Amino acid sequence: MNSAVIVFPGSNCDRDLAVALNQVTGVKPHMVWHRESELPSGLDFIGIPGGFSYGDYLRSGAMAARSPVMRAVAEAAGRGVPVLGICNGFQVLTETGLLPGALMRNSGLSFVCRPVELSVENSQTLFTSRYRAGERITVPVAHHDGSYQADAETLQRLEGEGRVAFRYSGAVNGSANSIAGIVNDGGNVLGMMPHPERAVEEAHGNTDGRRLFEGLLETALA
Amino acid sequence: MKARVFVTLKSGVLDPQGRAIHHALKGLGFDGVRDVRAGKLIELELAEGTDDGEIEQMCRKLLANTVIENFRVERLG
Repeated sequence: MNSAVIVFPGSNCDRDLAVALNQVTGVKPHMVWHRESELPSGLDFIGIPGGFSYGDYLRSGAMAARSPVMRAVAEAAGRGVPVLGICNGFQVLTETGLLPGALMRNSGLSFVCRPVELSVENSQTLFTSRYRAGERITVPVAHHDGSYQADAETLQRLEGEGRVAFRYSGAVNGSANSIAGIVNDGGNVLGMMPHPERAVEEAHGNTDGRRLFEGLLETALA
Repeated sequence: MKARVFVTLKSGVLDPQGRAIHHALKGLGFDGVRDVRAGKLIELELAEGTDDGEIEQMCRKLLANTVIENFRVERLG
């Protein structure tokens, strides 16, 4: 599986994501700096990592969304290349308009950093095929701006079209409908606040995130 | 020439920062505050002749996220 991980100034989960991809797929991803206007050819997957790109200035993900590489990512997403945005990556994807809605300050105002329980709402996506629908998994979150908000019409559409991939089981950040992750209408772009790359190997204490990458690998090899 | 861009949350969008400020004001004894909404003020120093359309494009493309925010432009001189 030929992967790329986008690196912005202030990304800090890029290497964790690279390690997870390398472990699961056996291939090191290309690390692509945000100033690049072209992506490596023949990509099977693009990861947009967590962190604090551009120091979260203006709005989380706002500056990164306007960097040259994101035009190439949007173009690849349009061709159906799977794109996963984790945490700050999710914020970047909403800011670019590849996913609807916005991620706002947590309702409790505090940075939330702990493992949380999620339910897998849709197991038919590219990213969730290795999970069972309704399955409860535990994945760590670490964010300040994770409250997913969208207008009522958008929420209704996401729910109706099965585009909510993951939902928090309990209260975490005030997200509308407890949404933790959504896919685009093409089903090839997933944004999620929890960090699956931090739950990949035994040493993490939990491997519930691993199957997300295994599912992607399976799709890429199919 | 200068312009000021005021970015505010749309009505109905939850504003946890405004709520915290409200709470703190109450704590200081200011009981007459009904609601608080926090926003941003961005000051732009612009080339002469920059037209309104261009400033609006700046707001739409970067300064405001129109999914959740409104903006208002005030030109100074």
